[in-house]
Amino acid sequence: MDILQILLSESFWAASLRIATPLIFGVLGALLCEKSGVLNLGIEGIFAAGAMCGWMAVWLGAGLWGGVLVAALAGAFFGLIHGILTVPLGLSQHVSGLGVTLFATSLSYFTYRTALPTVTSPPRIEPFRALDIPILSDIPFLGPVVFQQTAMTMLALAMVLLVWYVLNRTALGVALQAVGDNPDSVDAQGLSVYGLRIGAVMAGSALMALGGAFLTMSAFDAFFFGMVNGRGWICIALVIFASWRPGKALLGALLFGAFDALQVRLQTEVGAMVPGQVFLMAPYVLSIIALVLAARRAEYPRALLTPWFKGQR
Amino acid sequence: MRIEPRNAPSRLMTLGVPVLSAVIALALAAIPLALAGADITVAYGEMVKGVFGSMFAFSEMLTRATPLMFTGLAAALAFRAKLWNIGAEGQLYLGAMAAVAIGAGAVDIPGIFLIPLIIILGAAAGAAGMAVPALLKTRFGADEVVTTLLLNFIILIFVQMMLEGALKDPMGLGWPQSAPILDQGMLPQLMPRMRMHSGLILALVLAGVAQFMLARSVWGFRLRAVGENAAAARHAGIGVNRSLFGVAILSGGLAGLAGVSEVAGLKGYLTADLSPGFGYTGIVVAMLAGLSPVGVVISALFIASVFVGADSMSRAMGVSSYLADLVVAMSLLCVLVGGFVARYRITRSKPAARAA
Repeated sequence: MDILQILLSESFWAASLRIATPLIFGVLGALLCEKSGVLNLGIEGIFAAGAMCGWMAVWLGAGLWGGVLVAALAGAFFGLIHGILTVPLGLSQHVSGLGVTLFATSLSYFTYRTALPTVTSPPRIEPFRALDIPILSDIPFLGPVVFQQTAMTMLALAMVLLVWYVLNRTALGVALQAVGDNPDSVDAQGLSVYGLRIGAVMAGSALMALGGAFLTMSAFDAFFFGMVNGRGWICIALVIFASWRPGKALLGALLFGAFDALQVRLQTEVGAMVPGQVFLMAPYVLSIIALVLAARRAEYPRALLTPWFKGQR
Repeated sequence: MRIEPRNAPSRLMTLGVPVLSAVIALALAAIPLALAGADITVAYGEMVKGVFGSMFAFSEMLTRATPLMFTGLAAALAFRAKLWNIGAEGQLYLGAMAAVAIGAGAVDIPGIFLIPLIIILGAAAGAAGMAVPALLKTRFGADEVVTTLLLNFIILIFVQMMLEGALKDPMGLGWPQSAPILDQGMLPQLMPRMRMHSGLILALVLAGVAQFMLARSVWGFRLRAVGENAAAARHAGIGVNRSLFGVAILSGGLAGLAGVSEVAGLKGYLTADLSPGFGYTGIVVAMLAGLSPVGVVISALFIASVFVGADSMSRAMGVSSYLADLVVAMSLLCVLVGGFVARYRITRSKPAARAA
């Protein structure tokens, strides 16, 4: 099969969007946190918590959308911890984020093991099924690629629009961007810097958790240890690649999805000549290259990583 | 109510906060333990027995603490300069790969030459692993947090590739593992029938050297200046990038030694599951230690006790051993809050009028 043929096939682009879905949630979540001035390295653990909580809620009979809600709440909870540590207390965002990752991961694993002490093969749930939206899914090419995905992929695409709209077309969005650029100006207007930042971190973390929930509730139908496997960290790199813009975040996630889908399809062809690990390594190498290229012209939120205290200049 | 920085955190606070944080984390762990249905006092009793119950248990704890001392030192030194090296896990594997590449028969020389060679090359490999993100940071401004994190994944996949390729043991019955290090290349054991090895001595010596260098040498002064205020350091004529690069090399080298010590002190050969996250745990060790090299030794002993103790507790009580990771994570969060309490105080008074 030659590459051009793959690139023109519907199944390839459908797979790309599917693989990109958790990244879309994750990048949007990280973007929202960073826009408010707070780097959230808790993402890798929040993914795990979303995956575990969403799965467990469904397993206990909460229903699929109940699972989505539980996952989002779990994400918001870990976001609250990170928010309190980094915003009013002004502690190192790097270290707090790593602490949240360790805490969320170990708490999720501990809870899963405690609930299912002896199971060797993980119990499965009935995951989201692919939608078949009438009319839209009959559109040539676009139909099968976009409109025959699961509801969570639809939700991810809707979130791109929502985050873009809120950031660029609402007063809340203006305040949120200002608090990440110049918190003093926000304070001078009588708005709460702490409130805006903690709120943004909680909302962003809830989005991250949905990326994790996609893994258990849409992609696979069970929870595994180590299933997040670095997806969170790739999102952190993608935010920089996207220059903190929701549209480019979608593009970046799709590029990664496409690359991943391509490597799976090419592995059997090229596998005889190149060790399979080269393909596994490629997304991470690509992330670093994207990072180096983007770092030159990065328009960081100017107050990113800088704590702000009321009454101190 | 307002938050004010304390003039100078008292000595009692700097020492007391990490200890108190560790105690609080252990106490908080009682909640998940109770939810899991375990008898708390029995569980903690088993934990203590698992560390101090026998000479063997105690030596197991020291064995576990050894790599954590290396990775803890790696994190502590880098963090002092505000260089966020999150890549100790990958650098550990680079050190271990270098150790088996040279030690498993590439050269057959007496141990008195082979052991130093393994140590030096292992440290160099770890240092090289950290030189890349340091270069990307100083030359291109690429955030080292993300690059070191991503490199961990790249290196681990590379290890798997090598273990199925160039480093694969031809006698290994198809398992992805390296050939064993020659007997004379193994670090000497410290006691018969115990697994603890002289890597521990090396870690203790390096912690002492690092403490002295940091407190007394010009290099240490520069490093601290860069960490506290890079702009002021630059203004004072300190080559900030040079200092950062230097500490990056040291930090990577120390993490590489963690890999050397595990592979040449304990396991004998390399597999892809050599480290259960020693690189990441090292960050917690360093934070609990307040980024002090001597403190790293103490907090590595504490964290190792938690892991070894929780292991034996989970065997005795049937509680998931992920409890150890949970305690470690909670210790980190507690010490963060504790560090804040030590540096600031909350007062009710109105802010004093500023002098005009």
